[in-house]
Amino acid sequence: MKLIQSGSGELIQPLDMDAFRAWNREKPKALVDKRMTEAEAINKFVRDGDYIGTELYGSVRCPMSLVSEIVRQGVKDLRIAGQGVLELDLLLAAGLVKALDITYIGLEVYGVSNCLRREVESGRVEKVVDWSNAAIAWRFKAAAMGVPFIPVRSMLGTDTLKYSAAKVVECPFTGDPICLVPALVLDVGLVHVHRVDKYGNAQIDGISGFATELARASRRLLISAEEIVDTDVIRDQPDRTIIPYYLVDAVIEAPYGAHPGEMCYRYTRDEDQIREWVQASKDQRTTRDYIEKYIYSVKDHQGYLDLVGRKNLDALERGAGHEQ
Amino acid sequence: MNNKTHSYNEGDLEEYNPAELLICTASRLMADNTTAFIGTGVPMLAASLAQKMHAPNLVAIFEFGGTGAILEELPTAVGGENTFHRALAASGICDIVEAAQRGFIEYGFLGGAQIDPYGNLNSTVIGDYARPKVRLPGSGGGNDVGSHCWQTIAIMRHDRKRFIEKLDFITTPGYLTGPGAREAAGLPPGTGPYRVVTNLGVLGYHPESKRMMLLATQPEVSIEQVLDHTAFDLLLAEEVKKSDPPAQEELRILRNEVDKDRLYI
Repeated sequence: MKLIQSGSGELIQPLDMDAFRAWNREKPKALVDKRMTEAEAINKFVRDGDYIGTELYGSVRCPMSLVSEIVRQGVKDLRIAGQGVLELDLLLAAGLVKALDITYIGLEVYGVSNCLRREVESGRVEKVVDWSNAAIAWRFKAAAMGVPFIPVRSMLGTDTLKYSAAKVVECPFTGDPICLVPALVLDVGLVHVHRVDKYGNAQIDGISGFATELARASRRLLISAEEIVDTDVIRDQPDRTIIPYYLVDAVIEAPYGAHPGEMCYRYTRDEDQIREWVQASKDQRTTRDYIEKYIYSVKDHQGYLDLVGRKNLDALERGAGHEQ
Repeated sequence: MNNKTHSYNEGDLEEYNPAELLICTASRLMADNTTAFIGTGVPMLAASLAQKMHAPNLVAIFEFGGTGAILEELPTAVGGENTFHRALAASGICDIVEAAQRGFIEYGFLGGAQIDPYGNLNSTVIGDYARPKVRLPGSGGGNDVGSHCWQTIAIMRHDRKRFIEKLDFITTPGYLTGPGAREAAGLPPGTGPYRVVTNLGVLGYHPESKRMMLLATQPEVSIEQVLDHTAFDLLLAEEVKKSDPPAQEELRILRNEVDKDRLYI
């Protein structure tokens, strides 16, 4: 295959699909109880310097209780795949991010991310490599397929490709230029779901974002869930299981685990809380105050929920559409 | 887009603000029984308005998996519950972008901080990439929409800082460097920018040179004003038309149904 162009970006996570196979061979295949707390899961499975990924993104079905625990424990020098809003803002604000494969980090309707601006413009984030949104999802898909790359028709002709770590080759079948995106295997994947059993069989309601791909692209996978259900509930509708237990290392019960983001059919996003963050994130001092108040000063996720208050959470539940 | 000032009073349907003008103009470009890749903000409002006006079977497609939602309430996020409210399917990002890559999505809506004469867009950095003056959010789905949808429509505020000859960074492909450049780069033939909707006008592209061309001015905007607010040489259509102002019915639906909480307008 003739190489036409190489993106100048660094491959932040080295590529070794045989090592991934070997790793997966060693993962326990027994049905064992994997329930633990956020603190136990982060302490056991997330290390300084790890390459991590979260799903879906900050304001929608995002594992916020796990991300908060990473901040609480101060796991640092993280490398991150970035489709994010509040969750990556928090990690950036806490100064825990060393390198980014970025597609979008912003505050959606509230505009650009102040934390991203501060951390990247100052050079505190040492490496930034840009990709399109689908390119990152497809990189997970390549890893999920167990192959080193997949050919795609995104990014061609642009600076997004020029500064990425993708390559353009002449297609050996058609002769046309085609973009190859390298597989992205995460050290740790974090996914929040509607229900899971104690072994890790996980089900999501509504759109599945890139959970299917990210879960299969993770060496270690932490699943937080609105509720932990009996395995019989899973067996009643096995077609709904998009993440089977053998992919999963830890199961964490986290009601309102996506707060202040939304969890479809269960609760809406907490606009007041999101606005409080948007406002706080504008200035470094108020950013620190926010993190102090909502993360460092509370013991765990339950402590955070107590601070937000039952009344506020109930109101969010009433705002959500319901499945039945 | 702008919830600070309203240039109209309650019940006064003659007046409208710039956000309402953009939404109504974009909405009219959305045809019934077509597929459209929709992002949050103006495209969402325009799609909702189109469904309630002339395009009840406009199939709105959202990046993270929503296909065919009935846009009754405004999503504030492209993965939010409202992006698959009473939808036809709820899948995931690979399914959606792969559908676009296979040629299933006709229209794609885009935004950006800067646009050039060939419709290329920048939403990544202002200044040098290695040490940016402003680090913007990045491509998100923009590059994918601009690569795979048959026809893209950019929605922008119109000024000399945004409409510039050379971008600091090409995030999303327009016609790249001109005729044939997309195909040479390997992008699907027959795709590319179709319209730019701004607060000053509606723009298209010259069929041969692929450079941006003024097709119509917004109400009470002169051709000179558009040229003054564009920092590159803008072509003029043989006959530059006048866009119709938002109709009373459009404004009524927009204010009373589409965005009754006035999140954007």
